[in-house]
Amino acid sequence: MVTVSMEMQILFAGLLFLTGLVGFLVRRNIIFMLMSIEIMLNSAALVFVIAGSHWMQTDGQVMFIFILTVSAAEVSVGLALILQMYHHFKTLDADALKKLRD
Amino acid sequence: MTTLIWLIPVLPLLSFLIIALFGRLLPKKAVAILGFGSVALSAVLTIVAGIGFLSSPPPEGVILSKIYTWIETAGFTAQIAFLFDPLSLVFCFVITFVGALIHLYSIEFMSDDDGFSRFFAYMNLFVGSMLILVLADNLLLLYLGWEGVGLCSYLLIGFWYKEPDNGYAARKAFIVTRIGDTAMILGLFLLFVSFGTLDISDLMQDASEKWVTGSPLAVISALLLLGGALGKSAQLPLQTWLPDAMAGPSPVSALIHAATMVTAGVYLITRTHVLFMLAPVVMTAIAIIGAVTLLVAGFSALAQTDLKRVLAYSTISQIGYMFLAMGIGAWSAGVFHFMIHAFFKALLFLSAGAVIHLLNHEHDIFRMGGLRKKLPVIYITFLIGGASLSALPLITAGFYSKDQILWFGWSSVISSHWLWLAGITGALLTSLYTFRMIFITFFGETKTEPAHKSGLIMTIPLIVLAVLSLVGGFIEMPENIGPMHLFSGLFDGFLPDVILNERGNHELILQILSGVVTFGGIWLAYRLFYKKSAFAIRYKESRINKFFYSGWGFDRLYALLFVRPTAWLSEIDKKDFIDLIYKNIAGVTVYFNLIVSRTQNGKLRWYVLVLTIGIVVILTFMISL
Amino acid sequence: MNSIFYIAASVAVLSSVMAITNRNAIHALLYLIISLLSVSVVFYILGAPLIAALEVIVYAGAIMVLFIFVVMMLNIGMEEEIEKGWLTPKMWIVPAILAAILMGIFIYVLKVFHTETTGTEIISPKDVGVSLFTTYLIAVEIAGVLLLAGIVGAYHLGRQQKKVIHRFLVKDGSDKKEVT
Repeated sequence: MVTVSMEMQILFAGLLFLTGLVGFLVRRNIIFMLMSIEIMLNSAALVFVIAGSHWMQTDGQVMFIFILTVSAAEVSVGLALILQMYHHFKTLDADALKKLRD
Repeated sequence: MTTLIWLIPVLPLLSFLIIALFGRLLPKKAVAILGFGSVALSAVLTIVAGIGFLSSPPPEGVILSKIYTWIETAGFTAQIAFLFDPLSLVFCFVITFVGALIHLYSIEFMSDDDGFSRFFAYMNLFVGSMLILVLADNLLLLYLGWEGVGLCSYLLIGFWYKEPDNGYAARKAFIVTRIGDTAMILGLFLLFVSFGTLDISDLMQDASEKWVTGSPLAVISALLLLGGALGKSAQLPLQTWLPDAMAGPSPVSALIHAATMVTAGVYLITRTHVLFMLAPVVMTAIAIIGAVTLLVAGFSALAQTDLKRVLAYSTISQIGYMFLAMGIGAWSAGVFHFMIHAFFKALLFLSAGAVIHLLNHEHDIFRMGGLRKKLPVIYITFLIGGASLSALPLITAGFYSKDQILWFGWSSVISSHWLWLAGITGALLTSLYTFRMIFITFFGETKTEPAHKSGLIMTIPLIVLAVLSLVGGFIEMPENIGPMHLFSGLFDGFLPDVILNERGNHELILQILSGVVTFGGIWLAYRLFYKKSAFAIRYKESRINKFFYSGWGFDRLYALLFVRPTAWLSEIDKKDFIDLIYKNIAGVTVYFNLIVSRTQNGKLRWYVLVLTIGIVVILTFMISL
Repeated sequence: MNSIFYIAASVAVLSSVMAITNRNAIHALLYLIISLLSVSVVFYILGAPLIAALEVIVYAGAIMVLFIFVVMMLNIGMEEEIEKGWLTPKMWIVPAILAAILMGIFIYVLKVFHTETTGTEIISPKDVGVSLFTTYLIAVEIAGVLLLAGIVGAYHLGRQQKKVIHRFLVKDGSDKKEVT
């Protein structure tokens, strides 16, 4: 159906990943960091699907489903933790969580 | 009889162990009996062994009593063995006999002191170590006794340790004698390296065979041994500790610093006389040191105000005589003077101790006075001791011993007239300061009243020693009075005789001269100190008196030369800059830790950043390969 | 057909960039949803209709909505000042450099390991389902357990701790003890 070369597809996924990475490194608000993690996970799952479609097997899509599951569980738990953090520190600054060091 | 020999040092040591371990549990009487009894028993054994030795001399002239092999390694053997020959007989007799009398005296002297058992323990340890010293058959065992007596001297000088000054005096004694001990151990090393053995008889034989007279090794080892002797015997330049050692109780001063420990140097030199005779330059040094010391100490004694310090300087001076005698080759004369000196000096110290004790620890002679009527017995014994010290002619023992030294000083081949002159000047000084002390202390008006009379236990030793100070000299009398050579006959074949030159027929003149000097000194003391002339009072305030009072400024000199630089060095090393190197290594590590630990700042984004950098680095490496 | 891919791809990348640079949280989340929708289009083009649907339903529909719920609950959308303070331009330098380096590595690798392109065909949901429930059955079960753990964890961790007062103490200020 589509004859885009695989490099371009993977490049697209890589670009998405880098966007998520940069977003994680730059943003200080913890909601945005979680958001960037979602972008990164999404791009990783994209690579699986690309590979699956290249080899014409179902395995890539199956992997995508599992990554999706994991992402969902992780987001729910992460947001619950963010709620705790907000109630404790009254701020969403990720740098407020550095006290464990000492 | 050989079994008796080893008991002589062992008995006091045993009693030391018992008193040291159980002294607090035993009643005072038991401690006293044990302490005095052990030394008295050793004295009896010495006398018995001596009589046996003299009546039937053993084949080689010595008795060797081997106990135990102490060290046996490749190339070096040392035994614990005791050698009994005339020299050690004389020394053992003096140590045990005078020691026993002093122990008896101290039963009453220390009776109201808290450290009664501690005192007797230390004294017995001291007597045991000193006996080991004089009976030792090899130099290593001798050094063991040497160190033992040094230790006991420290312990006993600082006996009343609650006063910090006593601690200083004890430390000073130990450190100054330690300088001598270091020289001595170096001498022992040298001897061992040269001959492979430290056994005294073997050593003397090998030395006379292998070393020529005047060879450098002989001179150096003799000098080193001399250094040790100087330290223990408080001669120039290591004499500064003895006056301060008077901080100890009077029995201690009598036993250690008059009769025994300070004569350990004399014993060492006499015992190894073969070595010293191989180095004539060292003999000359001994004689000169002896002469100079006796003059320096004599002048210093003239200026002292503390009763015991006069006696301390007097001791230094008299040992100077012994060194002078040894330096000119009059070995038996030196030993004879040692024995007589032990008698009268112990007597003087014990009497002085009684005076101080009865006057409630008053030491200053200018605060005593008029004790002639108040303490008659002590006055008489003190007078006898002082007369013997001043060598009052014919009736006191001191005359015979000192006169013999003066005679040999004039007539020996290796002596010179200057040495005789120093000796005779010293005799004048001796009688001067002795009778100054007697006149100021016992005559005149009483400034301090005696608190009580002395008991019998304290007086008996004084009387015995007084008798000995009078009659002890009769065993060795010069030719023209009545030739008696019992004492020097003892040493026939053991110690070489003095070689006289043809000035031998001036003996009578010299004897008369020394008698004149003695009486002159007494008369001078009478004029200056009894009549209290204006000259004496003016002299007391003069600067030269202060110079003599401080012992010719040696303490100040040593403080300037040694104490201050050492204190300065330790002051600049206060931060311990050698240790700083090691501390800085740790400091650098901590510094790096502080830098590296800043990467653990707990921030999530920082961690991911570093993670990313790591990924970049790894990927770069992977694709470059 | 190829152009659809490129358009969808650029929309995805662009909206992702907008999502991470936005100061308003709700706006950023909405941009993210757009990005996910574009990626779903890409999935469809690649011949994976099932997961295209799944992406929209689960990812954009559930997870992002969850995000929006939390943001609304915490009421942080109006804190623009703080966000402006945190997003200074010099914060972007190092991440941008790192991202550029990684991009360079990506491109280099992809150029070196060149592959042939073949045509793709659609992999139907039926095949995926068969594969899930035969080959990857255990993984499905484990995924179920994982979701259970996620539910329990989220419930427990999200609970607010009530201020506990001792049951003997009376609340009106005086602390007379009452024995029940």
